[in-house]
Amino acid sequence: MPERSSSEPSGSVLDRFRRGDLDAFEDLFREHQRAVYGWILRIVRDTGAAEDLTVESFLRMHRACASFDPGRPFGPWARRVATRIALDWLRARPPETELDCDVAAALPALAAPDPGVAAEIRAKTAQAFARLPPRLRIAALLSLVEEQPHKEIAAALGITVTAAKLRVFRAVRLLRKDLELQGITP
Amino acid sequence: MTAHRKEQIDGKRIKELLKQALPPVAPDAEPARDLWPAVLRRLDAEPAPVRAALASTPLKLPWFDWALIAGLIAFAAFFPATIPVFLYYL
Repeated sequence: MPERSSSEPSGSVLDRFRRGDLDAFEDLFREHQRAVYGWILRIVRDTGAAEDLTVESFLRMHRACASFDPGRPFGPWARRVATRIALDWLRARPPETELDCDVAAALPALAAPDPGVAAEIRAKTAQAFARLPPRLRIAALLSLVEEQPHKEIAAALGITVTAAKLRVFRAVRLLRKDLELQGITP
Repeated sequence: MTAHRKEQIDGKRIKELLKQALPPVAPDAEPARDLWPAVLRRLDAEPAPVRAALASTPLKLPWFDWALIAGLIAFAAFFPATIPVFLYYL
């Protein structure tokens, strides 16, 4: 386990984090834990998994501290690491496991679903969405559902803004085709 | 209706359907427990960082690698004109 600095800390928190200082790492963890957790939760939509992946993300950041550039902000870097870990998690899961109703019910949602939209349509949409390739699913989820700006999505995925928009566009097109095959015309 | 306009309408409808199927996560979502102890436990369980291990361990190469390096140095010392040829093929 890394040592805590016994002497007076020198330099900024980011400088000390880069040198492997555990106190600086804890400060950054306390500051960014909620944001990283929230970001991962938006992608994986499972509170238990989001907690585990948040821990895993911070461990990965600690391991990679030497490669961190203290001249840049910590938040976007942390988000990129977290996105990569969440994407790996999505890739490792078979699509049919995405539809755990208990997990979905436990999610702190912004608004309840509209009762006017039939449960069957909601279920079929969720199934079609789960069948999308994970990299398209993340882009579509963050853009269409969570309404995150394309710039932030691109930065988190490590791609250009145009590529992020293209992924959302392709996701919509695939979803439309899948829904039409299931008899739902959007 | 143009294809572009149709794509826009489709996109909007699909966005609505998706939001119904997968409601957005509340912006104030936070973990149910403090995750720092879990991070510390995982750090404890991890072996020392690789870079620290590399720094504290002298470079270990098999004996035949050392012999090859020594041979190349000796060859270059006796025939310095071959050095550019070696560099060219690196």
